[in-house]
Amino acid sequence: MTETIVNFILFSMLVITAFAIVRQDRLFTVVMLASVFSLLTAMLFVALDAVDVAFTEAAVGAGISTVLMLGTIALTARGAKPASRPNTLPLLVVLVTGAGLVYGTLDMPNFGDPEAPSNVHLAPHYLTNSIEEIDVPNVVTSILASYRGFDTLGETAVVFAAGIGVLMILSGLRHRRREDEEEEEDA
Amino acid sequence: MKEHHLILRVVTKTLVGTIILFAFYVQFHGDYSPGGGFQAGVIMAVAFILYGIVFGLHEVQRVLPAWVVHKLVALGVLVYAGTGIWNMFLGYEFLHYGSFTPDHMSHGQHSGILYVEAGVGITVTGVMVAIYYAFAGRTPRLGNDDW
Amino acid sequence: MTLEFFIGHINYWLFIVLMMTGFYIVVACGNLVKKVVGLNIFQVAVFMLYISISKVTGGTAPIFPIDRMGKIKADPEIVYSNPLPHVLILTAIVVGIATTSLALALIVRIREAYNTIEEDDILEIDARTARAENIIHGEAMGGRA
Repeated sequence: MTETIVNFILFSMLVITAFAIVRQDRLFTVVMLASVFSLLTAMLFVALDAVDVAFTEAAVGAGISTVLMLGTIALTARGAKPASRPNTLPLLVVLVTGAGLVYGTLDMPNFGDPEAPSNVHLAPHYLTNSIEEIDVPNVVTSILASYRGFDTLGETAVVFAAGIGVLMILSGLRHRRREDEEEEEDA
Repeated sequence: MKEHHLILRVVTKTLVGTIILFAFYVQFHGDYSPGGGFQAGVIMAVAFILYGIVFGLHEVQRVLPAWVVHKLVALGVLVYAGTGIWNMFLGYEFLHYGSFTPDHMSHGQHSGILYVEAGVGITVTGVMVAIYYAFAGRTPRLGNDDW
Repeated sequence: MTLEFFIGHINYWLFIVLMMTGFYIVVACGNLVKKVVGLNIFQVAVFMLYISISKVTGGTAPIFPIDRMGKIKADPEIVYSNPLPHVLILTAIVVGIATTSLALALIVRIREAYNTIEEDDILEIDARTARAENIIHGEAMGGRA
C-alpha cells in the first residue's frame, strides 16, 4: 500500500511538471522543468524496481539532455511565441486519443500482478537460468550483454548513426572543405 | 572568453577526476550493481562536458581533440562487432561468448560481457562528447546576460 | 468498478495523462524546441508504461545477492521484478537522447536558414518563397504553373 501511495504522489508531481511545461513560454524555464521532470522520472523508476533504468535516466535526462537543450537555446532564441491559433482542435485530438488509450487499458492485468502474461513467459527463464549460464549477479546486465546481445549491438549502431548524423548536420566538415576550395580559387 | 568564478573553477577541477573514476567504477562493476556501458559512457562524457563548459571548448579539446572523439565513435561499434566475429572464428555462433573458454562456459560469458560493455561505453562516450563539441563549436546567438 | 481495479489501473491512466500532455505540446505549440521537449515527455510516458508492466508486487530489483566469496546466493523466497523491460528501456533512453540531439541539431540549422524557430513563421516564409518562385517560373512556362 505504501508503495502505491509513493507511486501515486511521484506520478502526480510528474503530471504537474508536465502541465507547467505546457504553460511556459520562456524556453530556459521549459528546459529547467524538463530537467526536473527527468529527475522525478528517475525517482519513480527506483520506486518501480528498475534501478538500472533510473540510473540511466538520471545521467542522461537530467545531465546531457539539459546541456544540449541549453546549447540549442543559446544558438537559437530564448522565448517561444505564445500560441496564436485556437487550441480547441489540438485539445479535441488529445482527448479523443486519450479516451481510446484508457479504453485499451481496461482489460489489462492489474498493476504488479505476478500472473500477468508479460511476467510468466520469458522472465522466469532468465531469472532461474542466468545463474547457471551467465553467472552474473545483475540480471539486467546478463540479458543486455549476453541473451540479447544482438539487440544491444543494434542500439549501439543507432547511437553511432545518430552521432554521425549530428556531426554531418552541425560540425561544419563540409563547410571547411568549401572554405578550402574558396582559398584555392583565390590563389 | 570571460573566465568563470574561482570557486567554480576549483570545484570543477576536483570533480572531473572523481567523475571519471566513478565512470570506470560503473563500467566495470556493472555486473554486480546497477550500471554498465551505457551509463558509464554517459558519465564519462559528462566529465569532459563539465570541463568544457567551465574552461571553454579550446581547453577541453587540448585534452581530448575532436579527431580522437570521432575515432572513438566508430571504435566502440567495431569492438562490439569484433567480439562477435571473434566468436565466429572460434567456431561458435556470433556473440556466443562461451567460446572464449569452451570448458567453462560462464567464464567466457564474463569476458564476453566485459568486451561488449567496453565497446558500448566507448561509443556512447564518443557520441555524447562529439555532439557536445558540435553544438559548442558554433557561435552563440545569445550573450551571457541575455538569458 | 471495484477499488482493487481502480488501484490496479490508476498507474496506466496517469501515464496516459502524461503521454497526452506531451502529445498536446507537440500538436499545439509552435516553437520547435518546445515540441522536442513535448516529444521527450511522450517518450518518458511510454517508458513508464513498460516499467509499470514489469513491476511485480512485493518484488525487488533483479540483482542477486552474493556471499563473501563472490558466489551468487540464489534464494527462491525472493521475488524479482521482470528484468526484460528494464533492458529494453535502458537502451531506449540512450538512443532517445541521441535522436533528440539530432532533432536539436536540425533546429539549429533551421534557425540559420530561416532566422526563426517558430513553426508559423517558417511556414509563412516557405509559402512566400514558393509564391515568388511560382511567379518567376510561371512566366517561363508560359503562365501555366
